[in-house]
Amino acid sequence: MTERGSWPLYEVFVRGKRGLNHVHVGSLHAADAEMALHNARDLYTRRNEGVSIWVVRAEDITASSPAEKDPFFAPSGDKVYRHPTFYAIPEEVPHL
Amino acid sequence: MAATEQELSAVFEQTIAADQRIEPRDWMPEAYRRTLIRQIAQHAHSEIIGMQPEGNWILRAPSLRRKAILLAKVQDEAGHGMYLYAAAETLGVDRAELTEKLIANKQKYSSIFNYPTLSYADVGVIGWLVDGAAICNQVPLCRCSYGPYARAMIRICKEESFHQRQGYELLLAMVNGTEAQREMVQESTNRFWWPSLMMFGPPDGDSPNTRQSMAWRIKRHTNDELRQRFVDMTVPQSEALGVTLPDPDLRWNEERGHYDFGEPDWDEFKAVISGSGPCNAQRLAHRRRAHENGAWVREAARAYAEKQTAKRTGRVAA
Repeated sequence: MTERGSWPLYEVFVRGKRGLNHVHVGSLHAADAEMALHNARDLYTRRNEGVSIWVVRAEDITASSPAEKDPFFAPSGDKVYRHPTFYAIPEEVPHL
Repeated sequence: MAATEQELSAVFEQTIAADQRIEPRDWMPEAYRRTLIRQIAQHAHSEIIGMQPEGNWILRAPSLRRKAILLAKVQDEAGHGMYLYAAAETLGVDRAELTEKLIANKQKYSSIFNYPTLSYADVGVIGWLVDGAAICNQVPLCRCSYGPYARAMIRICKEESFHQRQGYELLLAMVNGTEAQREMVQESTNRFWWPSLMMFGPPDGDSPNTRQSMAWRIKRHTNDELRQRFVDMTVPQSEALGVTLPDPDLRWNEERGHYDFGEPDWDEFKAVISGSGPCNAQRLAHRRRAHENGAWVREAARAYAEKQTAKRTGRVAA
């Protein structure tokens, strides 16, 4: 039951400066992607918070299910040997 | 196998107890969701309506410098409204629906914006007192249990600091000016002091939602705690300005280590909240008019976007 002129939702990602990843900062409504970019500039980078912006239609995002303890992440849960701290090395051995 | 409501509720309670954030797609009690939608929507509406009292002075700013500052400030208020509507939308409501509720007078906004701005000193006093009170309220919300709300508040608090400082600087310029300018600052302070204290909401004994909101870690302090903090912060600032706060009961209490102060007129507060303030009708009518006048723009932009998509994909959009 949306208004005739209602605009779709876009998620906004901003690169704070060169060398950093784009990070999700929020969302906004816009009629199309170009307008979403302009709105994102006005809304999320009024104080030089970004050097690059991505906008993505919210409905185009595929997400894992929300629970952190979800079985989806189970494959990595029991593989402690993937972490360097799993391996005991004598203290006197250098650079390891 | 789907978890029972009891199990989901236990996970929710554990997350809150561990001071972790609840995120949009997590299970949450319906009452928690409703409380947040109400609070965030009210907050967003306040930012949007809050553009009007100061917007009133943009065309009459005394210098280009002041005009640029005021424009930037009012633009920030719009931005804050947008951050907050976006946070509310993560709870499953639609921004258009919230706007409809505001202009149909079915959701509230802060009582402070129902007072008129009668002189340019009001721009300074609003920055100093109203934004100062807002900062007191909002800083603890940066640690609110609901992630998107907390993150919006972090952005907002960073920007509010500019608002408060520009207001105070404006007042400093005025109190160092002519006698007439000093009188304007005092007169404006007299009008805004009590309404600013009311921004923290009713006294704790009369605030039915506070207990549950604190248990859910949406709120971190009671209304009276925050009001006290605001008074303690503001008195030295008023002294530096040479302005008298209009409260005969205001004095330092050595024993408590806080300022004692008088009781705001809670009947006035209730009247303004329920629609009888000096500017309620005007504020809502203005917002309604802006929304209706913008309808053709929203429709045209949508139609243009659909046409472009159709051109690109070589088919007519659904």
